[in-house]
Amino acid sequence: MASEAVMVSATEAKGTAQFEPRIVAFCCNFCAYAAADLAGSMRLNYPPNARVIRLPCSGKVEILYLLRAIEDGADGVMVIGCLEGDCHFMNGNFRAKKRVAAAKKLLDKVGVESARLEMYNLSSAMAPKFADVIKEMTEKIRKLGPSPLRKGVAK
Amino acid sequence: MIVGERKPIEEILEMTKQYEKLYVAGCGSCVTVCLAGGEKEVGILSTALNIAAKKDGRELKIIEGTIERQCEKEWVREMKNQVKESDAVLSMACGIGVQVVAELYPEKPVFPALNTTLMGYPTQHAIWLENCRACGDCILHLTGGICPVSRCAKQLMNGPCGGSQNGKCEIDPEIECAWALIYDKLKATNRLDWMSEIQPPKRWDLAGSGGPRKTIKEEEVIA
Repeated sequence: MASEAVMVSATEAKGTAQFEPRIVAFCCNFCAYAAADLAGSMRLNYPPNARVIRLPCSGKVEILYLLRAIEDGADGVMVIGCLEGDCHFMNGNFRAKKRVAAAKKLLDKVGVESARLEMYNLSSAMAPKFADVIKEMTEKIRKLGPSPLRKGVAK
Repeated sequence: MIVGERKPIEEILEMTKQYEKLYVAGCGSCVTVCLAGGEKEVGILSTALNIAAKKDGRELKIIEGTIERQCEKEWVREMKNQVKESDAVLSMACGIGVQVVAELYPEKPVFPALNTTLMGYPTQHAIWLENCRACGDCILHLTGGICPVSRCAKQLMNGPCGGSQNGKCEIDPEIECAWALIYDKLKATNRLDWMSEIQPPKRWDLAGSGGPRKTIKEEEVIA
């Protein structure tokens, strides 16, 4: 995660010393990824904390992806899929919803706050909403502080 | 197939917490198909254990591996290097696999990561129904291919009982009455007269009350 190191050290160098959450956002190609693209075209500002990973559908997300992100040092993980009822593959987002719920349970049991993992739904036209959910998650994780797996990272 | 489900993670953490090097061993047969102990589940469990260890600041090194079948020694021998390198084995096989691994590596602690739940088939993706109890004396030819030993709550041989209501079992309206299914099948195949034949007591001595049963195919045994 070289990019993380660069970003974190850049903010620390500025003397802000504020904890910058590392967030992994698994984005469906047909909604969130397109919304992120539109957000860029619309010049919308949102925190640079989320690293977007494009999936062909939110239903491609596996419990393993979510847990591995946490294991490898993510402070927060998002899954962003289409609005319920609007999945390009009929019900991929409902599958993602169930897997996110299962992964949240597992996280709680192994001692990581399940609030570090959230699922959101939006459409490809909802660029402002995309920016909002990234902001919302970033602020939420900022309040939670660094992942308990990242020892020695100050709040 | 044999169906299992992962034990609660707390239970697995408790039994393995004293070990620093764990071999999490999946099985590529039944438990892979029933989404309980294959390569993917090995990954999920290993990651969960790693997260717990990192969070608590515990040292943990996990070796992940999935072999074709843990219920046969030929395959289980293939994991000898991984077993040697680890302090304990966490087997994601059914109870049979766990025991074969434990027998083959007597010096190594072996723990079960699954509860073996039943023998059955998926009625739909990710839902398995028990439909065989390995009673040792199959009567499916008499019962229209529906097993009352596993599917009737009372294991009746001359059913249905008075609790059969609209095709459902009185113990749970979700459970189909095996004898109602048997009736329907026999009727559809013009064998309803079979229902009136009184079945004699079943040979329960074959069902496993006398210690472990053994099946021998004499002509194939290598001396």
